[in-house]
Amino acid sequence: MENSILKVEHLNAFFGEARILSDINLEIPVNQIIALMGPSGCGKTTFLRCINRLHELTPGARTEGNIYLFKDDIYRMNLIVLRRKIGMVFQRPNPFPTMSIFENVISGYTLNGISLSKLQKEEIVEDSLRKASLWTEVKDNLHKKGTFLSGGQQQRLCIARSLSMKPDIILFDEPTSSLDPISSNKIEELLLNLKKDYTIIIVTHNLQQAARTSDYTAFFYLGELIEFNKTQLLFSNPAKRQTEDYISGRFG
Amino acid sequence: MTVLSTVPLLLILFYIIKQGISSINWDFFINLPKPVGEKGGGIVNALIGSGIIVSCASLMAIPFGALVGLYLSEYKRDKLAYWVGLSVDVLQGIPSIVLGIIIYLWVVKPTGHFSSLSGSIALAIMMLPPIVKSTEETLKLIPGTIKEASLALGVPYYKTILRVILPMGLSGILSGSLLSISRVAGETAPLLFTAFGNPFINTNILKPMSSLPLLIFNYAGSAYEDWHKLAWGASFVLIMMILFLNIVTKILERRWKIQF
Repeated sequence: MENSILKVEHLNAFFGEARILSDINLEIPVNQIIALMGPSGCGKTTFLRCINRLHELTPGARTEGNIYLFKDDIYRMNLIVLRRKIGMVFQRPNPFPTMSIFENVISGYTLNGISLSKLQKEEIVEDSLRKASLWTEVKDNLHKKGTFLSGGQQQRLCIARSLSMKPDIILFDEPTSSLDPISSNKIEELLLNLKKDYTIIIVTHNLQQAARTSDYTAFFYLGELIEFNKTQLLFSNPAKRQTEDYISGRFG
Repeated sequence: MTVLSTVPLLLILFYIIKQGISSINWDFFINLPKPVGEKGGGIVNALIGSGIIVSCASLMAIPFGALVGLYLSEYKRDKLAYWVGLSVDVLQGIPSIVLGIIIYLWVVKPTGHFSSLSGSIALAIMMLPPIVKSTEETLKLIPGTIKEASLALGVPYYKTILRVILPMGLSGILSGSLLSISRVAGETAPLLFTAFGNPFINTNILKPMSSLPLLIFNYAGSAYEDWHKLAWGASFVLIMMILFLNIVTKILERRWKIQF
C-alpha cells in the first residue's frame, strides 16, 4: 500500500498469560475510515488500545511486535508525542467533570502545561468545536460544565477535545454504542466529514455502521485478523468462511 | 420512632444553651479566666489555644491524609495498599487517651516539657483515618475512563493525577477534613498529657497551651460555682463551633458534588 499511515507488524498482545492478539499484520491507508469489527472478545478493542499504547497501562498487560506511524516505531517514540498524534474517543463520553466546555476542549494543552494566548485558545476551541459540529449548539454556553450536555453532545465534545491536539489518527472505541440512534447518526456523519483531514480507526459491533461509514474493514476473530479489505469487497465478496458467516449473521 | 433518634441531640442542645447562654457576652470572648471569687472572666486563652492546636494538627494531617487516600485509591490491588488500608482502619479504633499517653512518652518526655505541638501531633494522628477514608472513597468513584481520557491526550501520569484526579477528589478531601476537625476540636483525652492547659494566653507552640475541652475538663471538675458557669459557657461555644462545622461540611459536599 503506497500511502499508508500506520503499519502493524507481527503484533501480539497479552494480559498476563492470556494472548489476546496473535500475529496481527496490517497497513492502514491515510485519510480513510477503517472499521474494526468482530464478535465480543475478539481483540478489536485491545488492538485499538495498542495503537496509542493505552493497552500497556493495565497491570500485567504487554505487547510484542512493531507498529510504525509513518516511519517511526511507536514503541520508541516519546509517549506524550505519540498520544498527541493519535487521539482517542471512548465508548462512553468522558468529558472532564470539573471543567467547562471551553476548558474541556483546550484541556490537552492546559493539562500538558502548554501556554497559549487567550486568542490562540479561543481559535483552537472554536475550530475544534466547529469540526466536531458542536459549535452552534454550545457557543453561548462555553463556560458551562461539559457534563450538562446530552450524551451525544458530550461525545462530540470529546471528539472536539481530541481534534484540538491536531492528531494524524483518531481512534474511536465504539463511539455510538451508548447513544440513541439520532445522536449516533450525527456522529457517523461527523466521521465522514472528518476523514478528509484525519485517518479514522473505529471499533464497532454494528455491521451496518461498518458498512455505511467505512472505506476499509478489518474482521477480527479470536484474537486473529481474519480479513482486511475494502469494505465493499469484504461485505460483497468475503474471502474467508468466518467473515462470510459473521456478516451473514451466522455467529457473533 | 425515627423522630426519637433526634431527641438526645435536641435535649443536649437545649440544656447546654440554657446553662451556657447566660455566660456569653463580649467579655467572655476577650478575657482570661478570673481567680475564684471574682465575677466575670472569659475563655480567650482556650479559644486561641484551640485554634492553634487544631490548625497545627490540620496542617500535618490533611496533606498527609489526602496523599495516603490518593495512594490507596490508585494502587487498590497492591499488597502494601491493603496493609496501609488495614492499619488506617485499626488506627481509627485506638482510644484517644492511649494516643495521648503514647505521644507523652514519644514527644513530651524526650523534649522535657508539655507543649501544644505535642497535642497537635496527637490530634493529627486522630484526624488521619477519616481524611484518608473519605479521600479514598471519593477518588474510587471516579470512572477509570476519565483517567484514560487524560492519558490519551498525552498528559503524563503524574500530571493526570495532580490536575485531573485530585481536583475531582477535592470535595471528599474537604469534607473529610472538616469532619475530622470538628471531631478532634472536642477531644480532651489526648491533650491532657500533651498540651496540658494554661491559664494564660500562649501562642508559642513549644509551650503548654489551653484548649476549650481542657478548660471545660478543669473547670467543670472544680468545686466553684463561678468556674462551673465558665465551663458551661465554654461548652456552649464548643458545641456551636462543631455544629457550624458540620453544617458547612454538608453545604460544601452538596455544592462541590461532581456529576459524571
